[in-house]
Amino acid sequence: MDPLRLSLDVPLREFALRVELAVGREVVALVGPSGAGKTTLLRAIAGLQPARGRISVDGDSWLDSAQGLELPAEERSVGLVFQDYALFPHLSVRKNVEFGRKGHAGLLDRFRLAALADAKPRELSGGERQRVALARALAPDPAVLLLDEPLAALDAHTRGEVRTELQRLLRDAHRPTLVVTHDFEDAATLATRVGVLVEGRLRQLGSPAELVASPSDPFVASLTGANVLRGRARPAKELTELALPTGELIRSTDLAEGDAVAIVYPWEVTLSRSLPDDSAQNHIAGVVESLVPVGNRVRARVGPLTAEVTADSAERLDLRVGGRAVASFKATATKLLSQGP
Amino acid sequence: MKHAFTAAAVVAAAFALAFLVLPVLALFLRVPPGDLVHALGTSAARDALVVSIKTSAIAHAAVLLVGTPAAYVIGRGRFRGRTLLLSLIELPLVLPPAVAGIALLVTFGRLGLLGGALDAVGVRLSFTQAAVILAVAFVESPLYLRGAIASFESVDGALLDAARTLRARPFRVFARVALPLAAGGLGAASALALARGFGEFGATLLFAGSLQGVTQTLPLAVYAQFEVNLDTALAIGAVFVCFGIVVLLALKLIPGWTRSVSLWTFRSASSPSA
Repeated sequence: MDPLRLSLDVPLREFALRVELAVGREVVALVGPSGAGKTTLLRAIAGLQPARGRISVDGDSWLDSAQGLELPAEERSVGLVFQDYALFPHLSVRKNVEFGRKGHAGLLDRFRLAALADAKPRELSGGERQRVALARALAPDPAVLLLDEPLAALDAHTRGEVRTELQRLLRDAHRPTLVVTHDFEDAATLATRVGVLVEGRLRQLGSPAELVASPSDPFVASLTGANVLRGRARPAKELTELALPTGELIRSTDLAEGDAVAIVYPWEVTLSRSLPDDSAQNHIAGVVESLVPVGNRVRARVGPLTAEVTADSAERLDLRVGGRAVASFKATATKLLSQGP
Repeated sequence: MKHAFTAAAVVAAAFALAFLVLPVLALFLRVPPGDLVHALGTSAARDALVVSIKTSAIAHAAVLLVGTPAAYVIGRGRFRGRTLLLSLIELPLVLPPAVAGIALLVTFGRLGLLGGALDAVGVRLSFTQAAVILAVAFVESPLYLRGAIASFESVDGALLDAARTLRARPFRVFARVALPLAAGGLGAASALALARGFGEFGATLLFAGSLQGVTQTLPLAVYAQFEVNLDTALAIGAVFVCFGIVVLLALKLIPGWTRSVSLWTFRSASSPSA
């Protein structure tokens, strides 16, 4: 049996949050656009937001509306890391960490906070604050750990480093953990399973690889970083042809008919200066609209497509913003999803 | 043109300053400082000082003790009729003190609303020192409540939530998080309320009378001595000036207080924080 089981119904202004979820001793990330109800879900689990439904943890009921049971927040064994961390500004790092439980000296060492024990939160860097928040949440040894956008408050250059460290700390925590984020890459790094939450519903739940391999809908696909091209599909020989509104034809080995979307990942798209003579069936020529270096790669926007190429290739092709390029991708790398009848 | 206006504005400022400072200065200039100190030694002044300090201290302690948790509940609560409630709390601030005195009399006086009930348990309030305490508390508590509510409103709700998820029961959330974070604003509100209560005149006169050594506070003594011994009245006036300067300087110089005063002076106390 999974340690955390929940079935919740929380009315929000525009829609209702309805989620069923079972979490083992693992990290599950919830991704979705802002306003999808992610934070509300965490607050409902923590008991900070009234909710209907059921929550049970290791067999103990925290919420059971049918039985009229709703434990207040202070009686739930939950650690919550708030967005912006919500550290007590008037208390030292040690006092913050010990707020929930005293005398857990090992925790300061484990989170590399011993040297900062007497500092106030305002003297800390973003990464240090995050470690204090996590140590504080874990100090009372909660049965469930919840994190609300733990990386959003960090600037870009510390983010990668902190993310790797957070990944290790969360795996070590070894308890049902829910992380809310709007960034699929963060989710894929931190979690073993990722749930996509849109307008209060879980659209898809699976490992990051599963979400990338078979997104259930265009939104999930674009969230995982895929190019999503809308058009009309019709069978053509043994393939399917998708006519884009701009006139281009895209071929796919998937089957679809009528309104459909083509899904192709940036790393499946190659770039060239002129129409290549290779096995790729799909070519879209366009103006290079942007070039963004991401680590050792360059993310190039060509017409409606984003392509990821190595920095070397970008240099060899002499890519520059405003110049022209041809984006090519194989029919076998082009997934099709039908959009209704 | 612009130049002429600036000059006129400076003259206006000088005029306003002189108008406000000159009468205060005159309090000290009328009689030599030695005589002023001497005048404070009269029995009327000494009795009034004792009554004032005693009643103010008790009233202020009661206002802090009851007002602080009350302000916390109102400041953090989201409920219907909140704006109306805030307006009711502020109402005594805009009432003339004499009206407040009559209101207290018809509530707690022998023939008042609660007079019969109080009489039945052998409590007679009007024209006793307890009446002074009630009058002082009545006029100073809206000032304290208003400032304290705004201070609690400005505490980040996520911090209180964080305390709850760390197993803190309601009292601990209040004492360990809300209270220390609102402390600056509470200090400022407390100082302003104390000063207001210390100078209370009208409500005390109507509800408690002006009996030397029993209900005659310093402001009442000023009025009583005005025709008997002007030196004593002036000396008490000087005490108020010194006390006022201390309070106002404290409001400007104590860092936590400064921030809070501007916070709730320039923000309507009736608008809930985001």
